[in-house]
Amino acid sequence: MDMSFSSADLAFREEVRTFIEENYPRITNTRSRGDMSRDDMLAWHKILAKKGWVAPHWPAEHGGSGWTITQRYIWNEECARAETTPLLPFGLSMVGPVIYTYGNEEQKKRFLPGIYNGEDWWCQGYSEPGAGSDLASLKTKAVREGDHYIINGQKTWTTLAQFADWMFCLARTDPDAKMQESISFFLIDMKTPGIEVRPIITMDGAHEVNEVYLDNVKVPAENMIGEENKGWTYAKFLLGNERSGIAGVARSKKAIERLRNIAASELMDGEPLIKDGEFGRKIAEVEIDLSALEVTELRTLAAESKGQGPGPESSILKIKGTEIQQRITELALEAVGNYAHVYAPHGKGEGDNAFTPGPEYSIGVAQNYQNMRKTSIYGGSNEIQHNIIAKMVLGL
Amino acid sequence: MDFSFTEEQTLLRNTVQSFLQDKYDFDTRRKISASADGWSKEIWGQFAELGLLAAPFSEEQGGLGGGPIETMILMEEFGRNLVIEPFMETVVICGGFLREAGTAAQQEAHVPGIIGGENVWAFGYAEPQGRYNLADLVTTAKADGDGYVINGYKAVVLGAPWADKLIISARTGGGQRDADGVSLFIVDKSAAGVSTRDYPTVDGRRASEITLENVKVGADAVIGEIGKALPLIEKVTDQAIAALSAEAAGGMKELNDATVEYCKTRKQFGVPIGKFQVLQHRMVDMFMAYEQSVSMTYMVTLKLGESEEERLKAASGAKVQIGKAGRFVGQQAVQLHGGMGMTDELNVGHYFKRLTMIDTQFGNVDHHLTRYSSAA
Repeated sequence: MDMSFSSADLAFREEVRTFIEENYPRITNTRSRGDMSRDDMLAWHKILAKKGWVAPHWPAEHGGSGWTITQRYIWNEECARAETTPLLPFGLSMVGPVIYTYGNEEQKKRFLPGIYNGEDWWCQGYSEPGAGSDLASLKTKAVREGDHYIINGQKTWTTLAQFADWMFCLARTDPDAKMQESISFFLIDMKTPGIEVRPIITMDGAHEVNEVYLDNVKVPAENMIGEENKGWTYAKFLLGNERSGIAGVARSKKAIERLRNIAASELMDGEPLIKDGEFGRKIAEVEIDLSALEVTELRTLAAESKGQGPGPESSILKIKGTEIQQRITELALEAVGNYAHVYAPHGKGEGDNAFTPGPEYSIGVAQNYQNMRKTSIYGGSNEIQHNIIAKMVLGL
Repeated sequence: MDFSFTEEQTLLRNTVQSFLQDKYDFDTRRKISASADGWSKEIWGQFAELGLLAAPFSEEQGGLGGGPIETMILMEEFGRNLVIEPFMETVVICGGFLREAGTAAQQEAHVPGIIGGENVWAFGYAEPQGRYNLADLVTTAKADGDGYVINGYKAVVLGAPWADKLIISARTGGGQRDADGVSLFIVDKSAAGVSTRDYPTVDGRRASEITLENVKVGADAVIGEIGKALPLIEKVTDQAIAALSAEAAGGMKELNDATVEYCKTRKQFGVPIGKFQVLQHRMVDMFMAYEQSVSMTYMVTLKLGESEEERLKAASGAKVQIGKAGRFVGQQAVQLHGGMGMTDELNVGHYFKRLTMIDTQFGNVDHHLTRYSSAA
C-alpha cells in the first residue's frame, strides 16, 4: 500500500504543469458550453493533439500517450487545477474506444484520426423520448436496402449536436428478436439528408442539448460497427467507459476551492461567511466526501491497471461524484445570498447589454445549480446506478 | 381546534382559483415573464377588480377586512400558478407596513392606490454587505430641516421595476448592525436622486439595484418611529414569511401532483415507473414534505398575532421547513421527470426555480435555524 507519488511522478507533474501554463489558450470565459464557439471549444483539443496528449488512454498505435494510471491521474488534476476547457468526451472517450475495440481496419483508419485531431465533432444518438433509463427499448429503426441502411426515428438529449459532424447511433435492425439482440451501432454523417437538429433549452436558459430527427436517412452499410444486432454489446462497453470518467474529482476539488473563496468574500454580520461554524462545517463535509471518492476512484483505477474492470463498482463513482458536484453548486448558491436571484443571460446576443449586479463570483451561480441537476439524470440515472450495484455487486 | 375555512374564505379561494385557471395558464405566465415589462398590468388591474388587492385591509381603509388566513389562501393559489405580479411586495409587505404602523394620513394617502391597483410598491432593505441581517445597514437618513436626506444602495429589490413607490430602510442612528437607529421611509421612485437598474431574476421575475443619492423626503414619509423600526420590520417580514410559506406549499403541491401523474404514465421496462418502490417511497417523502409545510404554514399564519417570541419562532420554523421541503421536493420532481424535468418547456423546472429562490428570500434555512435557536 502506497498512496504517495514517486519522484518520477513528481517530475511528470512539473512537466505537464509547465506545458499547460505555456500552451493553454486564453479563451473568453463563458459559463456554459452552449455559449462557446465551436473553435473555442476545440482550441485546447487541437493543441493537445499536436503534442500527442489528447487521448492518453488510447492504444499507442492510435496515438495514446502510454501514460500510467498515476500519470493520467496527475494529468487530470493539473488540467482541473488550471481550469482548462474540458475535452469533449463524445469522440475521445465514447465512440473512439468503440471504434478501436470493435471497428474494422477501414473504420479505424477513416474515423480515429478525425477524432484524435479534433476535426470531427461527434454526438451521441442513444436516448429517445420513449427510451431513457430503459435504453434497450429504443425504437429508431434501420432497414437494410442494398448496401445501405435506411434509418428512421428520433433521438433526444443529444448534447451539442448543433455542432456535430457525426453521430454514433443505436438503431433496431431486427424487429422480431429480443430487445437487446436486435440493436446495431451506426456512425452517421450529420450532413446526410433527412437529419434535423432541434434545440432543447434547459431551465437555466442554456442550449446544450437537442432533439435529432432521422427521416429516411441513408447510411452506408460500411458505417455499421461490428456485427448487425450486436450493437448492445458495444453500447454497454461505451457506457462503462462513460461512467469511469464521470466522478469528476479533480474538477470538484477546484469547485470547492472556488466555494471557499466565495465564502471568504461574503459577509455575515460583518464577518466572512466561512468563519461561520455552520457553513464551514458544510464545506468540510463535502470535502471529506470528495476525499473518500478520490481514494475510491484511485482504487478503481489501480484495479483497472491490473486488468480488472471497470466493473459495476464504477457506479459508485457516478453516484457519489454527481452528488458531490450537485452539493457544491448548492452550497455556492447558499453562499452568495441575495444575489443568487440575478439571471445571467447566455451568450449570442442575449447577454450583450445585460446588467448582472453583485460580485463577479455570484454571476450564474443559481443557473449552475439548476444545470447540475442534470448530472444525477444523465449517463444512466442515479437510480439505475443503484440498481446496477444492487444486482451486479451485491447479488440482490 | 378547527382547521376549516369559513364560507367567505372558500369563496375567496374559488374566485382566485377560477380566475387563474382561466387567465393565468403556464403559457400565459411564460409570455408575461418574457414580455418587455415582465409583468401584466392587465392582470394586476383584474386582481384589483376582483378585490384581491383589498383582501387584508380593514373595511375602514376600504379593504375587505381579511387577515393572515386570506393572505395565505391567495398566496397558496399564486404559488400554484407561479404568479409573477407583486402581490407580496405591494399588498403583504408595503401594505403591511401601512397597516401596522401607517398614520391615518399615510393610510388615507396610500391604501386606496394599492387597493385600486394604481400603485405598485417595493421594499428596499437588503444591502450587499448585509446578507439576511435586516439591521446591517450602510444606507443612512440624516435629519434635514423637517425631513430627511437618504444616501445609500439597496440590492435585489424584488418587483421594483414595476413599482412607483418604495419603502426604504435606512440608518438614522447607531452603529452599522445595531438594533437601534433603524428607520423606514416612503420614497417615490421618481424622486430626485433615486436611480434604478433593472434586471430579470432566475425565477422569471424582475428586480432592481437602487442607488439613493441625497434623496429628500418629508417627515410624513417616516413609517413608524424614527430609529425604532427594526421590530416593525421583523414583524412585517414575518408576515411575509407566512405568505411565502403558503406560496411554497402551493408550488410543492403542483410539483407533487405533476410528479405522481408523470410516474403513473411514463413507462420504462414495460411498466409505469411509479411501480418502482424506490420511486414510490421518494414520492411519499415528497408528499410528507408538502404536508409538513402546510402544517407550518398554518402555524405561522395563526401565530402572527401572538407575542414577539411566539411569532418569531413560528416564522423561522416555517421558513426552515419550507426551505428544506422546497429544496427536496423541487430536486426530486426534476429527478423523477428525468430529462424532461430539466427543460424550459415543462413547468416543473419553473416551480423548482421559484422554490429555490423562496429559500433565499428573507433568510435561508441556516439563517432561520440560527434565529430560531437564539429565540428558543
